[in-house]
Amino acid sequence: MRILKMKPDFLKEFLMGLEGFGALYGPKRQSGILKYAPIESYDELVLDGENTLLPLKRLFHPMRFDMFRFDSRGFEADYSIFEKRVIIGVHPCEIHGILKLDEVFLVHPPDPYYAGLRKNSAIIGFSCLPAENALCRSTGTDIVAEGFDLFFVDLTDFYLVWVGSSFGYDMILEKEDFFDENVTHEDIQIYIEWREKRNRMFKKSFNFRDMPDIIELSYKSEIWDYFGKKCLSCGQCTMVCPTCNCYNVTDVLDLATETSGRRERMWDSCMFADYSLVAGGHNFRHARADRLKLWYTHKLKAFAHKYGSPACVGCGRCVETCPVDINVLTVSEALTSCEVPEE
Amino acid sequence: MSLSEQIENPFLPEPARIVRQYDLIKDHRFFQIRFIDMNRAMSFDYVPGQFAMLSIPGVGEAPFSISSTPSRPGILEMGIRRTGNLTRALFKKKDNDIVYLRGPYGNGFKIEPMVERDIIIVAGGLGVIPLRSILYFVLDNRDQFDELYFLYGARNPNEFLFKNEFFQIKAREDIDCLYSVDKDTTGDWTENTGVVTSLFQKLPKIDPQTTTAVVCGPPIMYKFVIKELLKLKIPKNMIQMTLERRMKCGVGKCGHCALDHIYTCIDGPIFTYWDTLHFRELI
Ligand SMILES: Cc1cc2nc3c(=O)[nH]c(=O)nc-3n(C[C@H](O)[C@H](O)[C@H](O)COP(=O)(O)OP(=O)(O)OC[C@H]3O[C@@H](n4cnc5c(N)ncnc54)[C@H](O)[C@@H]3O)c2cc1C
Ligand code: SF4
Ligand code: SF4
Ligand code: FES
Repeated sequence: MRILKMKPDFLKEFLMGLEGFGALYGPKRQSGILKYAPIESYDELVLDGENTLLPLKRLFHPMRFDMFRFDSRGFEADYSIFEKRVIIGVHPCEIHGILKLDEVFLVHPPDPYYAGLRKNSAIIGFSCLPAENALCRSTGTDIVAEGFDLFFVDLTDFYLVWVGSSFGYDMILEKEDFFDENVTHEDIQIYIEWREKRNRMFKKSFNFRDMPDIIELSYKSEIWDYFGKKCLSCGQCTMVCPTCNCYNVTDVLDLATETSGRRERMWDSCMFADYSLVAGGHNFRHARADRLKLWYTHKLKAFAHKYGSPACVGCGRCVETCPVDINVLTVSEALTSCEVPEE
Repeated sequence: MSLSEQIENPFLPEPARIVRQYDLIKDHRFFQIRFIDMNRAMSFDYVPGQFAMLSIPGVGEAPFSISSTPSRPGILEMGIRRTGNLTRALFKKKDNDIVYLRGPYGNGFKIEPMVERDIIIVAGGLGVIPLRSILYFVLDNRDQFDELYFLYGARNPNEFLFKNEFFQIKAREDIDCLYSVDKDTTGDWTENTGVVTSLFQKLPKIDPQTTTAVVCGPPIMYKFVIKELLKLKIPKNMIQMTLERRMKCGVGKCGHCALDHIYTCIDGPIFTYWDTLHFRELI
């Protein structure tokens, strides 16, 4: 992979110049909430370590969109969500999150909506320093080797820019003068120091490596009942988690007709009571414990069809979000120590 | 070429015509459906045990087992119970009305382990709908299989599905049909009375080393039927069963059918008893 150097002074002009490759998107604050949204000016971009409330998945697996239009002649696919985009400021864990979603949405038969959004989007990654609840060092997702077109590592005096695709290289060619091929020994030293400094900054960690076995062994553990009793079935954990892919589909008729309308797809959560994994007979608390177990099986043991690797990318959002402190830290801690957290 | 022509969309429901329909029993109706596109009708190749997603625009979409056999291509048959919005709307459709289908989905029965072996098909209630596909498939390829036993139990004679067909088959020499109802509410039931497992006593001597079993029925039935099959010493991986879970997409994307670390819409709905011992929560 090619690695180049760039002076911070050029960043604004370079990024804003990418407009020619697609509409610019990036983390920006709207009504106090940090979210991926269209960027109009460079000053809106938030390129520090802060997590957006909702992960990058919302740009590829939208919260709600129309799959089809239908009328008396049948169904017609609606691809109006496709748009050429350049998404700036994507952290390593987010890129890992998308690579996980690829494993679901792009395996045969590929989901044409996700695939189309993916194909039309360039990803400009940015390094970050660990936030309060960052767990990506535990999950091995603190750095990325693929899944981006360009990746900027901020070393204060300069950026190291990884070129991850030929599309990324085209972007570089647009502003060739900004980049320097000459990465010196000294630069490498600075990079290593930055890595070490960053590694030391993680405040939280958990035993991700051993979790697959522990989850398997804890299948009958009463710890699930403990968390099941606390869980509010609010589904917020699934909304904020970069690797939750569940969705629901419903038909909506146009006003004043019986024959035409649209087939919509929207996020769903296995934590919702009506998700109906367990039909009839079971009591609610039990069902909630089962749903949590399924969720953590996906995150910490294995993910969906055939994929051996657990889906958690250590973004820490569940730690920040769950109103009753059910998250990868508390669950893995309880399963490892076989003790429920203190109230 | 427009985008919709360029992009393959596995979610696109294709128009199909209801060729014929009639009530099987109260709230259970039989549908014969044929894709409007003749090529599609003939190219829709499936394996017994697979299912299709049926859509009614404006109402929704749901999975239904294909009850016909691929050995009789062209027309798809389904047996459907009226339970909610979609099935209610479907029951209002008349002959020649259009519905929309996509599929086939799921793994289907593994046929190979049945070839040149004895087969026991055990159906309870609605479970006979998917099993009818494998039943006819075996009958249509009769020389490839050895003995064939078909055990079917319903709650009472009024809930016995496909009565005419199944009594016609009973007259054949190359199949042993054993039927039962839990309770004879009509007084003119000529077959066995008792739960479906009581039919096992009527089986001749089974050689477990050359026998494959196929089971579908309500969840509660599995436990008892499996016990009988294990008593006969049929190997655990030679017992295939179909299991239903809620499904939305049928192609491993929506997550609705997830169990443990599998998606039942692609890894299932057919599992061996051995599988179910490994993937907990299956039954
Ligand atoms: C692989 C597969 C094969 C199926 N084959 C058949 C078939 O051959 N014939 C048939 O009649 N039905 C079959 N079903 C069930 C069928 O899909 C549901 O009955 C259907 O979704 C009902 O849709 P609805 O809108 O009419 O009812 P809804 O309004 O969706 O639901 C009505 C009631 O049925 C319950 N329900 C819905 N889906 C299921 C389900 N999958 N399992 C248990 N309860 C459910 C709901 O909880 C609710 O109480 C199959 C399901 C699967 C997953
Ligand atoms: S499980 Fe929690 S920490 Fe892991 S990816 Fe999901 S939200 Fe982030
Ligand atoms: S955020 Fe917490 S309370 Fe809400 S569904 Fe998830 S685990 Fe349950
Ligand atoms: S039905 Fe959607 S993943 Fe199985």
